Amino acid sequence: MDLYVLGQQIVNGLVLGSTYGLIAVGYTMVYGIIGMINFAHGEVYMVSAYLTAIGLAVLAYFGISSPWLLISLTMVFAILFTSLLGITIERLAYRPLRKANRLAPLISAIGVSLILQNYVQLSQGAKNQGVPTLIEGVFRMGSEDHFFQITYMQMLIVVVALIAMGLLNFVVQKTALGRACRATQQDRQMAQILGIDTDKVIALVFGIGAALAAVAGVLITLNYGSFDFFVGFVTGIKAFTAAVLGGIGSLPGAMLGGILLGLAESLFSGFVNSDYKDVFAFALLVGILIFRPSGLLGKPSVEKV
Amino acid sequence: MKPTPILELKDVSVAYGPTKVLHAVNLHVMPGEIVTLIGSNGAGKTTLLKSLYSAPAPYSGSIFLNDFDITSIPTHEVSKRGMSLVPEGRRIFPAMSVVENLAMGLVACADKSHEQATLKKIYELFPRLYERREQRAGTLSGGEQQMLAIGRSMMAKPRLLLLDEPSLGLAPLIVKAIFTTLKQIAADGTTIFIVEQNANQALKLADRAYVLANGVITLTGSGAELLSHDEVRKAYLGAH
Ligand SMILES: Nc1ncnc2c1ncn2[C@@H]1O[C@H](COP(=O)(O)OP(=O)(O)O)[C@@H](O)[C@H]1O
Ligand SMILES: [Mg+2]
Repeated sequence: MDLYVLGQQIVNGLVLGSTYGLIAVGYTMVYGIIGMINFAHGEVYMVSAYLTAIGLAVLAYFGISSPWLLISLTMVFAILFTSLLGITIERLAYRPLRKANRLAPLISAIGVSLILQNYVQLSQGAKNQGVPTLIEGVFRMGSEDHFFQITYMQMLIVVVALIAMGLLNFVVQKTALGRACRATQQDRQMAQILGIDTDKVIALVFGIGAALAAVAGVLITLNYGSFDFFVGFVTGIKAFTAAVLGGIGSLPGAMLGGILLGLAESLFSGFVNSDYKDVFAFALLVGILIFRPSGLLGKPSVEKV
Repeated sequence: MKPTPILELKDVSVAYGPTKVLHAVNLHVMPGEIVTLIGSNGAGKTTLLKSLYSAPAPYSGSIFLNDFDITSIPTHEVSKRGMSLVPEGRRIFPAMSVVENLAMGLVACADKSHEQATLKKIYELFPRLYERREQRAGTLSGGEQQMLAIGRSMMAKPRLLLLDEPSLGLAPLIVKAIFTTLKQIAADGTTIFIVEQNANQALKLADRAYVLANGVITLTGSGAELLSHDEVRKAYLGAH
């Protein structure tokens, strides 16, 4: 086995995995707090890809050309917009169904997915869209013709993902806000009796999940340069797989699951077959659901969806 | 002028969907009193306490807290009005530490300046909680969890403390200790309304008592009166 190829696949896997982890957090937090799989989450990610393009275009129109300024302002814009989108989806499509049977919000989520996909397709066009490369440069190890590399953009992805996850962990574990989230997750009615407005907490969780999907969306879009209205589906299912792999409902699980899935997918496509990497992820999802539905860090009593 | 009750229920009826549980309950608690509500399993005691928090709200009748109408106000607004609940089954947050659970009791207070002083008082009442303050609450014993639930409710410095079967599932010695603590809390000026199936301890502690059967108040009197009341002795104190 070529160690350079292995090293390259590991680097690619970590980069990919950290973005899966960011998106997986949204699935796992929502599941933790209201026990539903938010199948529209992938589309929120997709929307953030379009927001990246729109943000960059608008900023360019105003003559801003510094890549760092472009990236950070676009990031802020995408985060604000998608968290509002996440909160709106919860308010309109899920909250009215909170007392209905479990299937109703699931169907509603699929409806939201279709609406978002179709709306974006109609308003932005069905063809592939692109954004320019903003960060060039690569760091190489090895000789001239035998090396592995990590681009500066890839480094940025890993660093930003780590910061975002670290920040989220801090908020959830150490702040009063995070404590309110955990209380709502552990015993919603008791949390209410103690004075927590749990509707606000649930809305907040949707907002946070969507914001992290936007962080991933901006980074991935800048890295790959192209996207279409359908990217939310495949990436969404992969991030969901990551959440299930780590143990749905578990925050560290989502992060771990993301990294592991990214690595597995990258190694699979590097050493086995890159055409089947998506199929591989889906097969893995089915496998986990059959053999270990509680995932790596989850509690054993996970309900089947 | 007649003093106003700290808590007053007027013709309160409560149902879960089509299942009617409480029927026109009238009841009041005066400031500084210890009042108990006894009744057998399924009588509707827990439902009565939950109805104070609109969970579920009464379908008719009204509830006043310090003359303020709290009937049907949102659940999370109720605790901001000076009332705390120690719920049936304790309902502490198992994955949080003891200190974090206590901090949850403070959510209802806009002014949190009393936090350190109250925390100190709680640790004095329950030294076990201080020893275990960093421990996950789910790993505490039943008695310790009950202490934690009481401590959590005291963090808000409530004027009225509600307790739902604090003796449930605990060894007699621990029950005794808990009732002694409740007496101390009452002596510190907190009004107490305690719901119990285990009537003996509760009636001994209480100034006044109500008996609830099948969702209806059937008897009321002082604690001592009910302790020696024939029907009460037969039905709730295991006498023959
Ligand atoms: N969530 C609920 N839904 C429907 N019925 C309930 C619910 N909770 C309690 N009940 C019914 O209400 C009655 C009173 O229950 P409860 O208030 O818990 O009694 P207690 O606390 O005195 O034991 C019981 O018949 C019980 O089955
Ligand atoms: Mg009860």
